[in-house]
Amino acid sequence: MLRFIIERLLTMIPILIVISIISFAIIQLPPGDYLTTYIIQLEASGDSVSQSEIEGLKQRYGLGQPMHVQYFKWISGVVVGDFGYSFEWNQPVNTLIWERLGLTLVVSISSLLLTWIVAFPIGVYSAVRQHSPGDYIATFVGFLGLSIPNFMLALILMYGGYRLFGMSIGGLFSPEFVDASWSWAKFVNMLSHLWIPMVVVGTAGTAGMIRIMRNNLLDELGKQYVVTARAKGLSTVKLIFKYPLRLALIPFVSTVGWLLPQLISGSAVVSVVLNLPTAGPLLLRALLGQDMYLAGSFTFLLATLTVIGTFISDLLLAAVDPRITYD
Amino acid sequence: MFFTQNPEDNLAINDRQKELLEEEVDETEEQFYYATQWQLMWWNFRKHRLAVGCGILILFMYLMVLVPEFIAPYEPSTRNRRYANAPPQRVRLVSDQGFHFRPFVYDLTQEIDPETLQRNYVLDKSTIKPIRFFVRGVDYKLWGLIPSNIHLFGVDDGMLFLFGTDRLGRDMFTRVIYAARISMSIGLIGVFLSFVLGLTLGGISGYLGGRVDNIIQRIMEIIRSFPQIPLWMALSAAIPPHWSPVRTYFAITVILSVIGWTNLARQVRSKIISLKNEDFVVAAQLSGTSETRIVTRHLIPSFMSHIIAVITLAIPTMILAETSLSFLGIGLRPPVVSWGVLLQQSQNLYALTQAPWLMIPGLFVVVYVLAFSFLGDGLRDAADPYGGMKR
Repeated sequence: MLRFIIERLLTMIPILIVISIISFAIIQLPPGDYLTTYIIQLEASGDSVSQSEIEGLKQRYGLGQPMHVQYFKWISGVVVGDFGYSFEWNQPVNTLIWERLGLTLVVSISSLLLTWIVAFPIGVYSAVRQHSPGDYIATFVGFLGLSIPNFMLALILMYGGYRLFGMSIGGLFSPEFVDASWSWAKFVNMLSHLWIPMVVVGTAGTAGMIRIMRNNLLDELGKQYVVTARAKGLSTVKLIFKYPLRLALIPFVSTVGWLLPQLISGSAVVSVVLNLPTAGPLLLRALLGQDMYLAGSFTFLLATLTVIGTFISDLLLAAVDPRITYD
Repeated sequence: MFFTQNPEDNLAINDRQKELLEEEVDETEEQFYYATQWQLMWWNFRKHRLAVGCGILILFMYLMVLVPEFIAPYEPSTRNRRYANAPPQRVRLVSDQGFHFRPFVYDLTQEIDPETLQRNYVLDKSTIKPIRFFVRGVDYKLWGLIPSNIHLFGVDDGMLFLFGTDRLGRDMFTRVIYAARISMSIGLIGVFLSFVLGLTLGGISGYLGGRVDNIIQRIMEIIRSFPQIPLWMALSAAIPPHWSPVRTYFAITVILSVIGWTNLARQVRSKIISLKNEDFVVAAQLSGTSETRIVTRHLIPSFMSHIIAVITLAIPTMILAETSLSFLGIGLRPPVVSWGVLLQQSQNLYALTQAPWLMIPGLFVVVYVLAFSFLGDGLRDAADPYGGMKR
């Protein structure tokens, strides 16, 4: 098992390297860059900006040098935890991203939990009572959940919230807590706001999970050992929970790998609509403003989270299913 | 099942009838064994009422967007200053004077609230504007060839806004219809591109195996480990703003398919690997069939049905992606209208509360995506023709 984990970790390294190159290449794609604009601005404003300061910036980020030199300057910073400088915010990228990434994870993981809590019983019910009205309703609602774009759902909820309560329901904190430092009260305040993004981000995933759970369990229920168990007179509840459910759970667990990236992705758009202080809005702004180090670092870190998510799901899968070999 | 009646249940009937019944059964059974794969698929698919219905709906929608100039009463960019942010007009049959056979709308007049100074629209109940079909309106050239000015419906004088107008007074119904053309085609073109990529690379990967397979697999793994929407965002933000709308349109399509092909390639690969060792393929190899012929003649037809289902399910994903990107303002840009571009107007709460009808394009997205999901689901079930018919 240990060997499996180590080998799996080692294969992540080349993937991460390629990801970092792609992230960097993407942010280099648009013509021009923020630093040049920034320097021109500095010069135009006629401030006492010294030539040496500009030279320092150029030197620091390898401006005007070939792309691979710039990349190495950036990546060697990243390795020691320095993600560069945001020219738009005039702050190091580090001070900007961590809280937002943390909140992104909070939103994504709580949506993941919601997805599981909702999808699990409904999926089991749909399979056990196949073709019942409840199954049809679940299937239909599931498809509907898959077809409504996340941001539409957010818009509808916002509109409904405004009509019903007469207030804006965006954001993750009440106004008095936005700039406050972390405290118990702020945490509680966040929880009271969290459910809307949770529902919005989780819907599509829930719909997919219900389908998966239902199909898996249906496959298992048709097998001979289930028929045998029934013939022996095992009670239905015991029968389902003892074996088929466990087997049906295996693919369920492995879906964390794709569900987590999907949720991180989904929360990016939703956050823009609901104005959440997560990675999405800042990334969008950085991309539009060609704030290259901020945008590149965000893309890189979000992709890294995804790779870690896949890794965790592989581990879970190996833990749940003893048939998986470790080589 | 093909049996409508089971002969064993009819013990009471006479021998002659029984014989007839058995003959009938034999015939259907024979049909079953001689039917081609596509026939079996079709029979299976037909039983999915919902999927068939959705297929018809989709066909209808595509027919509609073939002639948007004819369906829409106005032009998408015409501004009506007098009717900014006008609410949808309700189509009525009953007025103060009683029942009308021809549906009609009331005219809208603007009033300024003396206290809040807000503009409000009130119904002018004195004017009844009957809706007429095949009316003459704005000139257009159908497909750039046929000059005409006939529109499916409209009112004689005044305006007809079924879905209301936006803040520049542009008719939302017209815009939704024109947007449908862009949104619905981007899904098809995007899926076609990822289909070509997926089929080629997945096919090579599965058929050749070994090192090539390994490399392609790694590439796919890397692409898949990027969170899709941030990657889409990054790539589309890189499209220069000075590009022409058409160029942007194609760039977006390419971006969507560059990321979308991996799923298809994975499916193709696993299908090919499982088929490669089937008896009929080995037999073909032993009898000296060339590789190209094996692939095109034996392998591709065997998994085509499955691939069609996968493709159908991929189209909604493309639409949703395009809608999200355009909604964020980094996808298609005005003057090109897609459903996502239209939804961009409802991005802030103020616009939303002032003009909730701006969300109507979203309804079209949902219906279109839902229809494709049901169709794809039905196709997927039917794609395994021998699966559902075990006796």
